Amino acid sequence: MANVTENTESQRMTFWEKIYLPEIARGLGLTLRQMFRPKFTRQYPEERWIPEGSYRGRPVLVLEEEGERCVACGLCSRVCPALAIEVRAGETTQEKERYPEKFEINMLRCIYCGFCEEVCPEEAIVMSKDYELVFSSQEEGILGKDKLLVPVAQLQERLEFLRQWR
Amino acid sequence: MTLTNLIIILVQAGILVNLMLVAAAYMVLAERKVSAYIQNRIGPNRVGPWGLFQSFADVFKLYLKEDIVPAAADYKFHALAPVIAIGVAITVYAVIPFSGPLVTIDGVQYGLTMAPDMNVAVLVVLAMTSVGVYGVALAGWSSNSKYSLLGGLRSSAQMISYELSMGLSVVGVVLIGGTLNIVELIEQQAANGWNIIYQPLGFIIFLVTALAETNRAPFDLPEAEPELVGGYHTEYSSMKFGLLYLAEYANILASSAIMAALFLGGWDAVPFVDEAALLGLEPTSLPMVLMGHVIFLSKAFLLVFVFIWIRWSLPRFRYDQLMNLGWKVLLPLALANIAVTGTVILIIEHFTK
Repeated sequence: MANVTENTESQRMTFWEKIYLPEIARGLGLTLRQMFRPKFTRQYPEERWIPEGSYRGRPVLVLEEEGERCVACGLCSRVCPALAIEVRAGETTQEKERYPEKFEINMLRCIYCGFCEEVCPEEAIVMSKDYELVFSSQEEGILGKDKLLVPVAQLQERLEFLRQWR
Repeated sequence: MTLTNLIIILVQAGILVNLMLVAAAYMVLAERKVSAYIQNRIGPNRVGPWGLFQSFADVFKLYLKEDIVPAAADYKFHALAPVIAIGVAITVYAVIPFSGPLVTIDGVQYGLTMAPDMNVAVLVVLAMTSVGVYGVALAGWSSNSKYSLLGGLRSSAQMISYELSMGLSVVGVVLIGGTLNIVELIEQQAANGWNIIYQPLGFIIFLVTALAETNRAPFDLPEAEPELVGGYHTEYSSMKFGLLYLAEYANILASSAIMAALFLGGWDAVPFVDEAALLGLEPTSLPMVLMGHVIFLSKAFLLVFVFIWIRWSLPRFRYDQLMNLGWKVLLPLALANIAVTGTVILIIEHFTK
């Protein structure tokens, strides 16, 4: 092992690097500069984040003037990996013939995967921008039709996103 | 000593202790604010304007917490350790010279400093920082927990190693001044220029050892979170933990104040300039003394900022690197500093007499 030349980090360092102090001063200078740069903090309750159209928040049902788009085919309920959706179909005199008598999403089970939206043939269930979901009991976490139906005007951005990219 | 005298001294001590504890609590806020700014965040800003009452909220929270003592811990010593830590940290303030006396009652002068003219003040400071090891070691041992014990052991080993260099780095200042009285040292600095000009190496050694003495980053091995959970205060909760925490910050402020007094000219605003004569005031008049307080405290808090700034900039040392730095670098440098200072002083004396 006599002709092995060591090449350790301490041998590669110059004299000024070895006494550390100039390097420490450089490091301190860096952190001092950071202190005067703009801050990234968002003052949350006052200053809310508005997501883009691509954001997958709480799934909602699209409500049009003549009623909901949903035809109660049950595909969303079938595809849901977390078994969060329950649909019971009823008959109607409208052109679409079927409507959801009962439509429930258990938000304690939902994993926001967006499969329900992807599988829906009518674009009737879409992911909204709603990300502030708080419940004080398990029963409150199960959302019925009264909470799921959202007017189509509020969901335009998501529908346009789906048309462009799906 | 008369009864009035005693009462006045008790009031004086109460004011000093409370001021310093509030200052220590506010240093916690300063630490959080500075760290936030260095990381491009805002930091606490909900309690009061600019988060100014956060310190009180923190202390209040600690005060209301349940005090848990491990079943296997030695209760007496477990309770004694924080008391020693905070007691020693506060005792140092007795000799810190904030500036001249503020009021005269019955012909006796009183100021913020308890013992302004102690002739061994420098020694008292060094002795008290050494006693601080007991609090930490006792806290680690009495908790009866491996993390605490290792933290306490590391801490005491580190403090004992660095104390040596700290004491030796002060010797240079004492050689120049020829006295251990801090007030006299400051008066000499005001006349002849600050000691940092004559003792730059001594100042750097004192700064590094002060970081190690107060268990601050980059020498915060006693509480290295990834290895030791919380270090010597792992098993502490409620206000006992609060006392250990406050003692740490009180120590930082004490070290900064000592550094300001020994190396940065204490309450002297500009070196080589006689401010009192320039403003046409007596050196012992009230405006000058108040200005001295402001200058001294701003120097001390500037050094506190440097402490915090260093903590959020530098990574932690490894244990062997720490010991190498202490024994193989700082100790020889401090000894060389003494030798050079002594030789230069002898040469100057030889040619001036």
